[in-house]
Amino acid sequence: MSQTFTLDGQSIPFADGQTILQAATAAGVFIPHLCYHPEFKPHGSCKLCTVKVNGRHTASCTMRATPGMTVESNTEDINAERRSLVQMLFVEGNHFCPACEQSGNCKLQATAYQLGMMSPHFDHFFPSRALDASHPEVLLDFNRCILCSLCVRASRDVDGKNVFALSGRGIKTRLIVNAGSGRLADTNFSPADKAAGVCPVGVFLKKRRGFAVPIGERRYDKAPIDSIAEEI
Amino acid sequence: MNAPAKKLKVATTSLAGCFGCHMSFLDIDERLFTLLEHVEFDRSPLTDIKTCSPDCDLGIIEGGLCNAENIHVLREFRKNCKTLIAIGACAVNGGLPAQRNHLPLTAILEEVYHTSPGLANGMIPNDPELPLPLDKVHPIHEVVKVDYFIPGCPPSGDAIWKVLTDLLAGREPELGHGLMRYD
Repeated sequence: MSQTFTLDGQSIPFADGQTILQAATAAGVFIPHLCYHPEFKPHGSCKLCTVKVNGRHTASCTMRATPGMTVESNTEDINAERRSLVQMLFVEGNHFCPACEQSGNCKLQATAYQLGMMSPHFDHFFPSRALDASHPEVLLDFNRCILCSLCVRASRDVDGKNVFALSGRGIKTRLIVNAGSGRLADTNFSPADKAAGVCPVGVFLKKRRGFAVPIGERRYDKAPIDSIAEEI
Repeated sequence: MNAPAKKLKVATTSLAGCFGCHMSFLDIDERLFTLLEHVEFDRSPLTDIKTCSPDCDLGIIEGGLCNAENIHVLREFRKNCKTLIAIGACAVNGGLPAQRNHLPLTAILEEVYHTSPGLANGMIPNDPELPLPLDKVHPIHEVVKVDYFIPGCPPSGDAIWKVLTDLLAGREPELGHGLMRYD
């Protein structure tokens, strides 16, 4: 790893084929992200990890590092853009943190804290989205889905089941369950699946496990997201 | 903080809220005495004054907008207060009352007053003095300009104190890790 690039003035070493986000994470530098997960092929859709490379915007989860490139990430301008993206995610869904079992463990919430999001800024959509409580062990609450596709990728690429998919286009895109009935109970999904554990928000909730860890004692209650190493 | 020559006028109200944010405000405890060296309360549940003076410096709004009276009060605050703060989840994003937004209002009224178990000969209240409910519950920034927001359900006394002291000192309010909470 003799090659390096510059991230916010800091020299970051990288290996051939590594993306900017991978190299930064390995060097202990946090770049906000939601649809990226180190175990999966990058999706490049949430745009939270956007950085400026040689002055141009690009997703750092998909852009390979090259020797000598100059990358800006933790700047006031870029963080303001990231904050706007998170605000849009909040108003597009129904994110009601005080009653959400995932509060304190939620990456969307923790990222909003880290970016200093004091308000949703935009008008709320208040969409009407049904729950899927058909499965005996896992509840799906689509109100919180941010369309990161991590459950889709996990179910398809790791579990080999292809239980989930993103359907529709643009603002009408939604997460669906691949069953004739559209119900999770009518698939071969299991709570032990990788897909059940990768959601960055609170779509997948194990039944009869509510609030086992009290609010205030959860992952991101204890430390901000930019101080915690990525789980692998 | 040195005491100023003229105290700032502060007005507060709870719209579609539970008064939990006002209770949390009282959680600043003995710091209230320090605060009162710098501010005096105008319209507020703490003073029972019913209308805002036209020269309020700070308006603190708890709760979202669920009926016509909430809108009326919010506009009175915006008109009479130089700076407006939304305090708590309900004012910031609609909060708990907004969880009714995916249900038709008529269905809610029917269930509450007609079809719930134990209701006999129920009727939907229609006294002209009752403010009309809105079709959906909205956060306050969707109706008037809001200058600052304190998220949380409720925000802690420490978070409220941090924002108020930042503003009194002329700083841009900032909540760090632990004070910035949405739950």
